[in-house]
Amino acid sequence: MKHIVKITALLVALSAFWISLLQTSVLPETQTWLLPLYFIVSLGCYGLLMVGVGLMLFPTCPHEAILLQEDIAEAKGFLKGKGVDVGSD
Amino acid sequence: MVLIRNSMEEKEENKYSIIVPTYNERLNIALIVYLIFKHLQNVNFEIIVVDDGSPDGTQEIVKQLQQAYGEACILLRPRPKKLGLGTAYMHGLKHATGNFVVIMDADLSHHPKYLPSFIKKQRETGASIVTGTRYVKGGGVHGWNLMRKLTSRGANVLAQTLLWPGVSDLTGSFRLYKKSVLEDVISSCVSKGYVFQMEMIVRASRKGYHIEEVPITFVDRVYGSSKLGGSEIVEYLKGLVYLLVTT
Repeated sequence: MKHIVKITALLVALSAFWISLLQTSVLPETQTWLLPLYFIVSLGCYGLLMVGVGLMLFPTCPHEAILLQEDIAEAKGFLKGKGVDVGSD
Repeated sequence: MVLIRNSMEEKEENKYSIIVPTYNERLNIALIVYLIFKHLQNVNFEIIVVDDGSPDGTQEIVKQLQQAYGEACILLRPRPKKLGLGTAYMHGLKHATGNFVVIMDADLSHHPKYLPSFIKKQRETGASIVTGTRYVKGGGVHGWNLMRKLTSRGANVLAQTLLWPGVSDLTGSFRLYKKSVLEDVISSCVSKGYVFQMEMIVRASRKGYHIEEVPITFVDRVYGSSKLGGSEIVEYLKGLVYLLVTT
């Protein structure tokens, strides 16, 4: 099944649920009309939260840069000995 | 005793073709080759350098490396000019004699020291694809400013929400594929640039291939020149919508 079909099916199911809420008046009508808005806003807030949390917990590795410099020095030394031109470009 | 012998035979049967597309990577290609040999001792592999007509003499350096390491292990398969990453992989794939293919960048943002962990993960899980991820514990990025991290994280959240890809790092290009799987997936991909990397992994996920992840660290040494401008963001969004609708 294509992904877009899955997403559409999900949206259709949510819409059907919403319409049934409108029909059966489980909640006051004014509230029910606003539900899609609440849903979109909370989705947006969730997204922003995920971005913020992800940004705070973004894994960094400053030590890797140092290790890389060491690797480069080691590589240059070896390769010079093997006749490979490792002058800087 | 029989079990040990079987896994040893398996080890000797596997050959890893490492495709490295290059453009003006005269120094980095030599460093990468050294590091691959250093970290893949006792592994049967070949390095396929697909150079797009670099004006800085990258191909001469590769020939020197062939003298130093042997022509069987380092294949130079150049092309006349810059023809794009996807076609570079396809070109390298045509010359690959291994049953596994690794793709990685030539600028040392992908460190060969992670190659054993890719191989190990694949052996342990039997996965069709092992992809490196920068965004989990044990992985990481160095050399990105706050803005870059923000766009990366925002792009990732958007892609996860829309596509449900099943991997944490969609735009990464440090991956190990079973050769047959790569051939299958690459034939159905049409995008360019990093959207191409996304398309590869999303299509593979949709096709039901077993995908595993290993943490990798990514050291971005190209300070400033990998800027993310407005046009890149638009391209990315267009790519997302394309993947949303066609995969």
